[in-house]
Amino acid sequence: MTTTFDAGQALEPRTFTVTRADLVAYAEASGDHNPIHQDEKVARSVGLPGVIAHGMYTLALVGRAVAEWTGGAEVVDLGAKFTSPVVVPAEGGAEVVVGGTVKSVADGLVTLVLEVTCEGQKVLGMPKAVVRA
Amino acid sequence: MSVDPSLVGRAFPAPSPLTVTSERVGAFAAAVGHPGAAGEVVPPTFPIVLAFDAMQAFLDAEQIDLHRIVHGEQRFAYARPLVVGDELSATLTVTGLRQIGGADIIATASEITDAAGAVVCTGKATLVHSSGAETDQ
Repeated sequence: MTTTFDAGQALEPRTFTVTRADLVAYAEASGDHNPIHQDEKVARSVGLPGVIAHGMYTLALVGRAVAEWTGGAEVVDLGAKFTSPVVVPAEGGAEVVVGGTVKSVADGLVTLVLEVTCEGQKVLGMPKAVVRA
Repeated sequence: MSVDPSLVGRAFPAPSPLTVTSERVGAFAAAVGHPGAAGEVVPPTFPIVLAFDAMQAFLDAEQIDLHRIVHGEQRFAYARPLVVGDELSATLTVTGLRQIGGADIIATASEITDAAGAVVCTGKATLVHSSGAETDQ
């Protein structure tokens, strides 16, 4: 892919809907069967507001947005703090919005700063991705 | 019950290696909607499958309930892209432990290596362990 990136460039935000069924499929695919991602009662028993998405599901959505923006460029670094849970209702779903800006381009590496929100609230702290592009 | 402070520095290998098959990669990519050829493109967060196995080995050894764990932070650094056919092994090391408001904050590092022993990816994770039902977070 010949996409070029410039520092300061804004990337088109991506919106993804997360449903309980997605969390079930992700639990199967990832092996993470923590019941806080399936069972309202267990989630509340450990002080959570309800069933929450796997943090890694949200980070996977970041990986997806990065792949879409960069045409599947090789990822060198990817990570975030899971600062606020993505609460997924039993009906419908939660909308996660991934926005990004090119922070720097140097030595063939493109560093992206990201903003990931659910219902207008940031859910990831210091999300960052670096790709070879 | 809080976590034993002597854990810092201890290593926990995942019980078995994981072969990256197109079936596993395809199922993972489908679950998160990752773009690209199904079963060929390995999503960047796929190594969590193995890092999770290593974490589960740690939790089992310390008799920590998974449902009391919330993922606080995860960062991956990749030495090379993962490809279908890789046979990956993982070892998790506990790198730090502190307590905040009744929760144990467990810092870990996981090294993921291929069949030749070369490091493919390193993961750094923070696990938040709430020790009691009354814990508020």
